[in-house]
Amino acid sequence: MALKLTESEFGIERDAEKCISCQVCVRQCSNDVHDFDSDDDTIVSDNQSCVGCHRCESMCPTGALEVKEREAQFKTNANWSPEHLKNLYKQADAGGVMLTSMGSDKPYPIYWDHILFNASQVTNPSIDPLREPMEIKTFIGKKSNKLEFEKVHGDEDKSQAKNILGGTGKVSKIRLKSKVSPQLELSTPIIFSAMSYGSISFNACKSLAAASSEFGTYYNTGEGGLHQDLYKYAKNTIVQVASGRFGVDIDYLNKGAAIEIKIGQGAKPGIGGHLPGEKVTKDISNTRMIPEGTDAISPAPHHDIYSIEDLSQLIHALKEATEWTKPVGVKVSAVHNIAPIASGIVRAGADFVSIDGLRGGTGAAPQVTRDNVGIPIELATASVDERLREEGIRHQASLLVAGSIRSSSDVIKAIALGADAVYIGTAALIAMGCHLCQKCYTGKCNWGIATQDPYLTKRLNPEIGTRRLLNLLRAWSLEVKEMLGGAGINAIESIRGNREHLRGISLSDRELDILGIKHAGEPW
Amino acid sequence: MQGSHGNKIMKNIFIQEEYCLGCRLCEIYCQVKHSKSKKIIKAFKKELVDSLPRVLVEEIGYNSFAIQCRHCVDAPCEDACISGAMVKNKKTGVVICNEKKCVGCWSCIMVCPYGVIKRDLSAKKIASKCDLCEDEDIPVCVKNCPNEALKFKEIDQKELVDDRSESK
Repeated sequence: MALKLTESEFGIERDAEKCISCQVCVRQCSNDVHDFDSDDDTIVSDNQSCVGCHRCESMCPTGALEVKEREAQFKTNANWSPEHLKNLYKQADAGGVMLTSMGSDKPYPIYWDHILFNASQVTNPSIDPLREPMEIKTFIGKKSNKLEFEKVHGDEDKSQAKNILGGTGKVSKIRLKSKVSPQLELSTPIIFSAMSYGSISFNACKSLAAASSEFGTYYNTGEGGLHQDLYKYAKNTIVQVASGRFGVDIDYLNKGAAIEIKIGQGAKPGIGGHLPGEKVTKDISNTRMIPEGTDAISPAPHHDIYSIEDLSQLIHALKEATEWTKPVGVKVSAVHNIAPIASGIVRAGADFVSIDGLRGGTGAAPQVTRDNVGIPIELATASVDERLREEGIRHQASLLVAGSIRSSSDVIKAIALGADAVYIGTAALIAMGCHLCQKCYTGKCNWGIATQDPYLTKRLNPEIGTRRLLNLLRAWSLEVKEMLGGAGINAIESIRGNREHLRGISLSDRELDILGIKHAGEPW
Repeated sequence: MQGSHGNKIMKNIFIQEEYCLGCRLCEIYCQVKHSKSKKIIKAFKKELVDSLPRVLVEEIGYNSFAIQCRHCVDAPCEDACISGAMVKNKKTGVVICNEKKCVGCWSCIMVCPYGVIKRDLSAKKIASKCDLCEDEDIPVCVKNCPNEALKFKEIDQKELVDDRSESK
């Protein structure tokens, strides 16, 4: 064998006392790590091929396997880290861009972990959400500048009119006069992020669609088109229009509950997408409307959008195409200039702005971009909300934020910083079994999520996937209610942008200033 | 078919082949269940020398499914059995091979339409087949399937008969 400069990242420890040579590990590993020797009735594992997905460990019936991260055996060097060395060896080998998947794992500050939420004591009562009503329903879309009502006399249109002077003899009713823009109704402020059929398996898409439909929230198709079998979940589908326009036709636009124009993704701002031809199966080719086996390349920019004015044209074209019945939003990644960009997007006529932060996930991205480009979503959320408020246009669009929302506390902190709702992608995948091995780009996902290999995709039973996602939504919703109740708040609307309920900890004045929050210890 | 007590309902194992991983954990847990100690490591290390699982994973390419005795309504193995060892319990619908009576003539193996009876050569020659884990609430193959590709649910045997006559 040739000179081997790359070291294995993981060590597989097999307890011979416990191993019964049942070969479950052999059959489960798509990276061919485990090899059964029938002569000796033993299994030998090759550390070098292991990606650390822990599938074998999870499946081993006797607990004989342990996949352990190996400490790099390089001479300690604070400057030239093992990661630098490994990447250098790999690049000197292959001469290509280092690919990776999922969100950045670099130790940038995670502001969620430096923000504390408030609770009521003495001066205002806290609320028990299990015994008292608690509203976390959220509406996404443009809100009117003001609402006008009109009086209705007689019996006309009983269904919409409401009696406000009951019992006085003379019936007088009022009715909403202003026209309300189309809205998405969310039973919980959590939406499943854009993940295309192609980047993830059909079973994963189906789980997301079924769970959002049952819970009363939404999922996003990503730039993968909408598979025919998912039409039944159409009213819980946000359809995406991205730079490759894959799967987009008038039926696709009309099927969705909302349309999202994708400009950028948090993991790879400024970069397009590339689904390799081998993943473009017959089903995917039909759904994306491209020939089977061809690479699906989404250009870096939309070639018809080089300005806010161009964006406005597309927004209005999509609204016109769907007869102004659906909210149309724009998704951008959180970059340095995000606040003015978001302001431009709102002024261009978007009904919602989706912002994906530095730690947002991806199916495949150049590592150099993923780990070095963009800004954390916490700072982006705060600065966009602040800017839109200053300009008096915050109500004209809803703000959806994404990019590593890991728990219900991240959800509530994001909303208190100014978001209307959050997108969760990675968290949803983890709920379905993902172990964050960051090898989606290889298409060999052992958990049956980020793969199109028929041998692997059936590992995700959508019935189980749906159940687990529903449990996640339910658990987070309960926790959000619990936190709100603790702060004496009974509606999610009352916490939106309510930064007085947040306090920073171990943050500099500059960071607190951008986040628009006080430091812990400072009273109201 | 109608049992002597008039119950038409029995619980049986259903296969969802589209979700079978081919991991064969069903086979492993079946072997453990029918071992002496019922402890997985001990059973495999010391007890199960030639024993067979009573559920079998069939595989061609990426297609796979686990199949065990279907506990046929008109169980041909019961008719073929020369020693009266193979008996369908009229009450539960479960077809059981009484190992004490089995003489190892393999007639049942020849008539089984699903090929799910095997020759167990480990002790004395007997026909080895699924007993639906009668002493468990859920058969161990179903309970331990990591992807719920096996389901244990009630079936109206009358419907099953109708289904089969239609397909003929």
